[in-house]
Amino acid sequence: MWALRGLRDGVVTTRWPARPDPYAAAVRGPATVLDAYPADAGADGEGLGALCPTGAISRAEGPAGDGGIRLDQGKCVQCGRCVASRPDVFGWSEGSAAAALWRPGLVVPEVAETPERLAELRDGLRAKTAALRRSVHLRHVDAGSDGTEEWEILALLNPVYDMHRLGIFLTASPRHADILLVTGAGARGMAEPLRLTYDAMPAPKIVIAVGTDAVSGGLTSPSYATSGGIGAIVPVDVWLPGSPPAPFSILHALLLAIGRMP
Amino acid sequence: MSSDVMMGARPSGDVTALWDDVVAAVAEGHRFAGLFGTARPEGLVLTAHLAGAEGVTVAETVLPVTATSYPALTRRLGAAFWYEREIADMFGVIPQGHPRPEPLLLPQPAEGALRPRPGEPGGPVAIEPDPRALPLHVVGPGLFTIPHGPVRSGVMESIEYLVETPGEDIPHLNMRVFYKHRGLEKRFEGMTAGDGLLLAERVEGTATVAHALAYCHALERIAAADVPWAAALVRVLHAELERLACHLDVAVRLADAAGLAVATARFGRHKETVLRLVSRACGSRFGRGVVVPGGVSRLPLVSPADLLSDIGRLEGAVTADATALMGTASFLDRLRRTGPLSPERAREHGALGPVGKASGYSDDARDVRPYDAYPTLVLQQPAPWPAGDALDRLRVRWDEVSQSFHLLRQVAGELAQAPAGPLRAGCDVADGRSVGWAEAPQGEVLYDLRLEGGRLTRCRPRSASFHNLVLMHELFAGDILTDFPFIEASLGLSMAGVTR
Repeated sequence: MWALRGLRDGVVTTRWPARPDPYAAAVRGPATVLDAYPADAGADGEGLGALCPTGAISRAEGPAGDGGIRLDQGKCVQCGRCVASRPDVFGWSEGSAAAALWRPGLVVPEVAETPERLAELRDGLRAKTAALRRSVHLRHVDAGSDGTEEWEILALLNPVYDMHRLGIFLTASPRHADILLVTGAGARGMAEPLRLTYDAMPAPKIVIAVGTDAVSGGLTSPSYATSGGIGAIVPVDVWLPGSPPAPFSILHALLLAIGRMP
Repeated sequence: MSSDVMMGARPSGDVTALWDDVVAAVAEGHRFAGLFGTARPEGLVLTAHLAGAEGVTVAETVLPVTATSYPALTRRLGAAFWYEREIADMFGVIPQGHPRPEPLLLPQPAEGALRPRPGEPGGPVAIEPDPRALPLHVVGPGLFTIPHGPVRSGVMESIEYLVETPGEDIPHLNMRVFYKHRGLEKRFEGMTAGDGLLLAERVEGTATVAHALAYCHALERIAAADVPWAAALVRVLHAELERLACHLDVAVRLADAAGLAVATARFGRHKETVLRLVSRACGSRFGRGVVVPGGVSRLPLVSPADLLSDIGRLEGAVTADATALMGTASFLDRLRRTGPLSPERAREHGALGPVGKASGYSDDARDVRPYDAYPTLVLQQPAPWPAGDALDRLRVRWDEVSQSFHLLRQVAGELAQAPAGPLRAGCDVADGRSVGWAEAPQGEVLYDLRLEGGRLTRCRPRSASFHNLVLMHELFAGDILTDFPFIEASLGLSMAGVTR
């Protein structure tokens, strides 16, 4: 009976990334900067920073700075306050490509040294993951999430995303795991279990910080109970902001980590 | 919405008189809805919440600054069991006579430990939990403990279950919930009401809308704000879509535990359909940013006609698969008589949401203390199921799912006719204190908050997950290790809401 039921709706699985998917293209990512030099920035520069509850908005100052508006997507909790009050300066980024291979790479508009550094990181990661290719096993650890990131990771198992088609599987044992997905702001109670899980994984191993909380602590940090992101506990290879990141964004981060994102 | 009823504050330090009031109120039919502490200049304020048809009543007293202990309520009212352990963690005061006064959310040595002390400005920058402060409970010959967690197979939130077993039966279960404690109650302090809302949405992310509603209801009661009709409808729309997603998530977990691959896939797909509908309506898959103090941020981006047709299609698909699932004998066998909660215990504890309803005890806030558009909409509250096992908990969820579809159709119809107008009432609050509630998919969520000079000085979220999870201790009468995933999934709770 269930077998017939399973055939009822035909194939519902996306073919992304091989083929475009309208929902993947429409994923709402973190906020981004549309105009880094608004005419009133001189007078209102401080005011723009105050728009953000996590302090993601600042102005590039100092010798290397050009006085432009910068937004750290690693701190963005997608509340939309900046977009709503200054639609001329801020907008939503669209699409699943939210992840970055280094933490400063999440700052938009991108800092000058990003392209070079990115190529270097990408090559390093590719060398590390060359052996994984078409069979990749994931282990997840919750280090203080709000529960939504777990839902979005689990969604990758449903027939719509079906990450198995890409040779990506969940594993219970860290001994079998190639990639560690970590969610949450780095709760102090989870520091030791997270470290033990990381240590139990064989090399090469990759860590993906899933969600703004994991990247920077988001709204839940600073707190006596969290460490302001998981980077303080384990070395991170891929930074994926989002509150929470959509399943397509997590899939993108996974494929980016193993060098299979075109 | 009915107004706050404050039972006059008890004379300072007279905790016993406060407990007398609480116990008497419970005996008269009120539900014990929570207990928490607040560090104030005059001492430690102990606040109990009592839920009834008139609203959520607050009863409190002040412990003198010098007090290091107080007589435990748990001896007289078992439902306070975890609440008093949390108070001990947060403030270091000892509930005298508590049957198990060990740490819950923040394991630390009893002497000389740093305490967060919510309500008091400032506080420790970092507190390292020390699991050695927790005893192991293995008793009896031939028993051993299977630690299960905090890193568990699959994609789970962090909790550790210590299953004490002679081999197959589970005579005793111990839970360690502290791992993902985030210290959110201290984080709220000093925030503006607007920032606090963003954090409230992230206390228990899978119940984002219910937490935002309970939080905003508290603010709106201080401001005496009337939410515009269209906004009240949009709130119900998102609250019920959230309920659908959560209940479908439980169906996925149960089907997965039973190894029904097709059923798991089908319900997983339906859940995805709900989340996509939510994201099309508001931009966020979890309804974030919709509920704001005084109303909602905007109308759904999906037209009422499209909503109606999407909801109709989804209802057909979900109902057909649910009927098939409830006709699958091998599945029902795993749930029947698994993890039973007796009606007496459900009533005594004031078990919330589907867990209570499956044991014949219902105190649905949408029905008893209605808010937003619920007083006007037809709720069709189904009769509670009485057996209290995992099967009845699933039956309650299916009842709630069809109830949600019924509500969603009404909302879509009403939205099509709702007159254009503002979607927010003025709700600027600088000072005040109030309690707000909302019925989350897991059961009732409570927010007790205080604002001074435009900043939160105390914000206490109490999720249904926190209130209900403690019941898991008692659900293993005759059940064996392989029943564990069914029992856990049937409760449908979120650890984020438990540990905060």
